[in-house]
Amino acid sequence: MFDTHGLWIIVVATLVTMATRFLPFLIFRGDKKTPDIIVYLGKVLPYAIMGMLVVYCMKDVKFLAPPYGIPELLGCAVVAVLHIWKRNSLLSIGVGTVFYMVLVQLVF
Amino acid sequence: MKKQLLKVALRDTLPVLTGYLFLGAGFGILLNESGYGIGWAFFMALFMFAGSGQYLAVSLLASHASLISTAVATLLVNARHLFYGISLIDTYKGAGKKKPYMIFGLTDETYSLVTQNEPPKGVSRHSYCFTVTALDHVYWICGCVLGNVMGATLPISFEGVEFVLTALFVTMFVEQWLANKNHLPALIGVMSTALCLMLFGSEFFLIPSMAAIALLLTITRKTARRKPYV
Repeated sequence: MFDTHGLWIIVVATLVTMATRFLPFLIFRGDKKTPDIIVYLGKVLPYAIMGMLVVYCMKDVKFLAPPYGIPELLGCAVVAVLHIWKRNSLLSIGVGTVFYMVLVQLVF
Repeated sequence: MKKQLLKVALRDTLPVLTGYLFLGAGFGILLNESGYGIGWAFFMALFMFAGSGQYLAVSLLASHASLISTAVATLLVNARHLFYGISLIDTYKGAGKKKPYMIFGLTDETYSLVTQNEPPKGVSRHSYCFTVTALDHVYWICGCVLGNVMGATLPISFEGVEFVLTALFVTMFVEQWLANKNHLPALIGVMSTALCLMLFGSEFFLIPSMAAIALLLTITRKTARRKPYV
């Protein structure tokens, strides 16, 4: 039997997701001048958001139980150091990810 | 010109390709284990296009959640998109017919790429953002469907490959840090989120974090005037 309730769950989840994406554009639309504070936030938010996303990726890491988030922190450190050194995104991301995979599969 | 755009966009989205194939596959496998086949995987990837949102949806499906709790839980997970819109209002202005799709596809990864990268010479920013969005969407659909079809039959262990997206954000973070003299917004982002995660737990921290970030950025606006952004 087709899962009708399941379909409704997907519909609601999709609508809510789309609301979070479209709402700012619907509020500040058209040729009206965007309010100063929004222009300012728009300019500085990307810097704050990237920090937020890095922490967001760690949200399910258990820092109080072994391995205490060590693979994640080491992985981030490798990516950051490599990036400061070489400034090559693909290199930093590639090496960092392989390093992390080795850590979680073979070391910890 | 078109070829050049596609080449640059493919290169820029390479980390997302890796991340989405595996993360999407993880979702497809979970969905399959909950008894939902390829049609569900395909349409969820096509219409929802939200990583953590879709993972959440699997557990909502499996537990036959009510529609109210579906709405609330999805809002808690995806409220961060509100910030993406706010910071792209002017960038996406005048994108015409492409605009609804570009807004529809604003995932964490697409957002990072379109705010960080410059389009190749002779290509408009809107075309670049549109192409990046579309490529990411295709990667995501492929990942979700492949995972759902292949199930857990893959012979090698890819444990830990999801770190590719964390690494992408760390790279962007470092890039912005090096390009700016004023580190206050970056610090506000990290500190507020970390603090709220400790205070509110992983389920509820996102909205308090966003409120704290918006508030602190507004309060510190004067410093921003003194130390302009490059």
